[in-house]
Amino acid sequence: MNVPAAIVFFLLFGVVTVLGFVAARWRRGDLDQLHEWGLGGRRFGTLVTWFLLGGDLYTAYTFIAVPALVYGAGAIGFFAVPFTIIAYPIFFVVTPRLWSVSHARGYITGADFVRGRFQSPLLALAIALTGILATMPYIALQLVGIQVVVAALGIEGQGWMAEAPLVIAFVILAAYTYNSGLRAPAMIAVVKDVVIYVTVIAAVIVIPMQLGGFAKIFAAVPPQKLLLAPAQTSTFVTLAFGSACALTLYPHATTGILSSSGRRTIRRNAAILPAYSFLLGIIALFGYMAIAAHVGDAPEFARGFQQYGANYAVPALFLRSFPSWFVGVAFAAIGIGALVPAAIMSIAAANLFTRNIYREYLRPRCTDKEEASMAKIVSLVVKLGALVFIVFLPQKYAIQLQLLGGVWILQTFPAIILGLYTRWLHRGGLLAGWAAGMSVGTWMCGTTGFKSTTFALKLGALSLPGYAALWALITNLVVAIAATLVLDALGMARGEDETKPEDYFSESA
Amino acid sequence: MSAPRREPWKWYAPLVLPFVATLWVPFYNRAEPSLAGVPFFYWYLFLWIVLCAALIGVIYFATREKRGA
Repeated sequence: MNVPAAIVFFLLFGVVTVLGFVAARWRRGDLDQLHEWGLGGRRFGTLVTWFLLGGDLYTAYTFIAVPALVYGAGAIGFFAVPFTIIAYPIFFVVTPRLWSVSHARGYITGADFVRGRFQSPLLALAIALTGILATMPYIALQLVGIQVVVAALGIEGQGWMAEAPLVIAFVILAAYTYNSGLRAPAMIAVVKDVVIYVTVIAAVIVIPMQLGGFAKIFAAVPPQKLLLAPAQTSTFVTLAFGSACALTLYPHATTGILSSSGRRTIRRNAAILPAYSFLLGIIALFGYMAIAAHVGDAPEFARGFQQYGANYAVPALFLRSFPSWFVGVAFAAIGIGALVPAAIMSIAAANLFTRNIYREYLRPRCTDKEEASMAKIVSLVVKLGALVFIVFLPQKYAIQLQLLGGVWILQTFPAIILGLYTRWLHRGGLLAGWAAGMSVGTWMCGTTGFKSTTFALKLGALSLPGYAALWALITNLVVAIAATLVLDALGMARGEDETKPEDYFSESA
Repeated sequence: MSAPRREPWKWYAPLVLPFVATLWVPFYNRAEPSLAGVPFFYWYLFLWIVLCAALIGVIYFATREKRGA
């Protein structure tokens, strides 16, 4: 075991645990109300929102998986950069409307909005289920981040003990999320992000110095990895565009957005969140640094690579480049980095289940207090599910499901994002489009044995490989438009819109 | 409650730029001109992170919604 690293790691973990419980008292609110527990009372200002959304959207798994992809596949892994560039113009234009209408009408989930806008609990159910399905494997993958760094610290056990650190980390996480709600990850995010920035800035200075500068690093990368092959271009573009459209649709993103104190907070954050994209770009380059440092050939890392594949590249790079105590800091950044999104995701899934399934279908007459306690319990169940998934099933299932989750979540685009602007699409059309998009997207991924989300579209003689989520969204839109025309022609009722035009501009009191 | 404000959409039109700049891959999928050993593909994308953020910042100020207005 790497003792100094482990001491620093556990110390930082301990600090964060205390913070998680203390957070219940921060900007105190009645935690028996769902909007207090699950949205922090919609009171987070610009800076806290920046930390919260930064910790939420740029997860620990991203910080492991993006450089792993760059390490293994090269330039194509860099799609994450254009993705996180163009996500913000979309964010800037769309999310203030979502914030305003949710604030005006008391919505706490995207499905709440869809229900009110289209008077369709059924469509809201579809949106809520999609969100929960997409979020669960995402939580599981955060555990992979913890697993990799714990293994890299050299902490090992036999049999059931092997998973003990993971189980302990999750019990702690579950306890303070239950106790403090969204306030816990918000407060922890501040510490986590400071540690992440320190780690990345140190790494981007120290490692290139050790490796002889950026020119040497790029020279060490095989030329065919350094730029996109012509056949990769359409994949790169559709992955970037599709992922950018999907980003704000994830329930944990919605939760982060709605917890902010106002439209201005959200609009400002669209301009300052790209700081994290810059960070992500640097982290992606760690993949090349790992190639230049030949970590894959080092015998001391052979076991790690064998077990975790390319996901071990960044931990190995840190172990090779940093003094032991700083390895502890860097690994804590990844470990704590997993806790923040995992907490927010479980809260988001709990909000969805409680609001759009429990209150809608199971107990319509439940009190606010019952609603909040149900959400707290669901947040525990969701995390337990993720833990069981990671401990008992092969890791590849979680990865495959998370990829599918991205394909699925984009199918809520017409109802939520287009819905913010227009009611032209019929609620029945939206539902039909959603079903078509989900089926087509899943089928496309199935043709690759669920190994990849890239599907080659055949247009006559032309083969256009691209992100299945986007192809599925096109199907979704075509079906939704066609069904709308048919349903309107048949005179099927459209339902009432409970939102008013001015709701989309409402500002906090 | 005041009547819904019409957002000055013209101000938002420049937001198309980052899409064109980063999704038109053939334009930047090249190694030269490199910058301090970093191939064009990479430093160009990093540059656009900053440019896009700056663009949003400018538009934020230009369309600033005054509280209580």
